[in-house]
Amino acid sequence: MTDQAYNFAYLDEQTKRMIRRAILKGIAVPGYQVPFASREMPMPYGWGTGGVQVTAACLTPVDVLKVIDQGADDTTNAVSIRKFFQRTAGIAVTEATQEATIIQTRHRIPETSLTTGQILVYQVPIPEPLRFLEPRETETRKMHELEEYGLMHVKLYEDIARHGTIATSYDYPVKVEGRYVMDPSPIPKFDNPKLSDSPAIQLFGAGREQRIYALPPYTNVVSLDFDDHPFQPSKAPHDCDLCGAADSYLDEVITDDQGGRMFVCSDTDFCRSRRAAGHVGRLGSAAVEASE
Amino acid sequence: MTPEALLGGFTNAPVQSALAFRSALEALARPGTLHNLTGALPPPPMSKAAGVLVLTLCDGTTPVHLAGPHDCAQVRDWITFHTGAPLVAADKAIFAIGTWAALQPLDRYAIGQPDYPDRSVTLIAELRALTQTGPRLTGPGIKTEARLSLPETAAFAQNRLQFPLGFDCFVTAADLVAGLPRSTKVEAA
Ligand SMILES: [Zn+2]
Repeated sequence: MTDQAYNFAYLDEQTKRMIRRAILKGIAVPGYQVPFASREMPMPYGWGTGGVQVTAACLTPVDVLKVIDQGADDTTNAVSIRKFFQRTAGIAVTEATQEATIIQTRHRIPETSLTTGQILVYQVPIPEPLRFLEPRETETRKMHELEEYGLMHVKLYEDIARHGTIATSYDYPVKVEGRYVMDPSPIPKFDNPKLSDSPAIQLFGAGREQRIYALPPYTNVVSLDFDDHPFQPSKAPHDCDLCGAADSYLDEVITDDQGGRMFVCSDTDFCRSRRAAGHVGRLGSAAVEASE
Repeated sequence: MTPEALLGGFTNAPVQSALAFRSALEALARPGTLHNLTGALPPPPMSKAAGVLVLTLCDGTTPVHLAGPHDCAQVRDWITFHTGAPLVAADKAIFAIGTWAALQPLDRYAIGQPDYPDRSVTLIAELRALTQTGPRLTGPGIKTEARLSLPETAAFAQNRLQFPLGFDCFVTAADLVAGLPRSTKVEAA
């Protein structure tokens, strides 16, 4: 049951129309940041109010919503947002990536390949990839207009000069359809290849900064790099200790105060599904946990 | 205002507009795909699909231009009553609605500014029929290629050359809609 004190999905119709128009313009100009009049939401900015507003504008009563925070469905942030939409929109929720029609995410792209008909909504703290080079909005707009992205390359090249490699490992800038440089939100660069040519619609919402941008399906997205230092998506050189996956993004978990540690999939749904299917990692007890 | 103007709106706006928006989003995000838009009954000559788009996207903040036969008392009253959108000349419009012929010439419409390409018109072009045949579409949202029964190719090809500026377009017929964002490359089949 929805809470009748609210409009469907909390936001009033006029606000949703405004956000929907911004989303459509974002789709029409992939990677370009469309300004929108962000509304106060009943949660703090750090909790992804931009993503929440985009999700609210997209939800229909037949949607199945999944919310993840750093790959996990069970963090306070993810649980709160999921409950918020259950209460205000009465929609079904899931933790299974393939069952979801809308997935709101903070800082990860699910490991399981997305499909046609799905929408991935990113919570974005700082939408402007040029912000740390140029604090003035009028100037960054000009740089996007003139495709003046040289400074961005200089910054990445300074990384190489200092560290011998591009040290940026999150928030790694991309170029969309050969035109706009875009901030993919603080996903690990391991996830960057999944931005390109996805069958799903990808929408990005920044609440405090009041920007919406988008990637239609099958859009070409390239991580910035250099001929002599090609982009390399990286992850910890381990397999998941619980499910044995060799190709998923891992979190390092401290297991005791003796320096013990393990590496586990950051995508909790992916890891659980693999364990349920009988995959076992280095710490064999995981199989027992999975069969609970 | 005629009494008919009060009829034909959404009966459950939050849900109907949510469903309609998702169809519009899918249409624009996947050029060449056809989607149903129902739930509104606008006066002729406006199609059901165009009427649903208007109810879903237009309000007092979005000036609308009605072109040709669509610029009649019944349609004007219906849009005014249901959305409050100001009816304006082509160059001031955020949305423009009419047959493809009536929407001409296209150089009247806002195509955005170099630093704000989003400040551009969205055309709602009413066609007699909409099928997945005709000019070839490629670009964002399209895996390999798509076909769409567009009224011409030249205007869309010209529009693509201005990217990231340009108009975006929904084409409608009866209760069907397809989307054609400015990013789509349109070529003769
Ligand atoms: Zn795992």
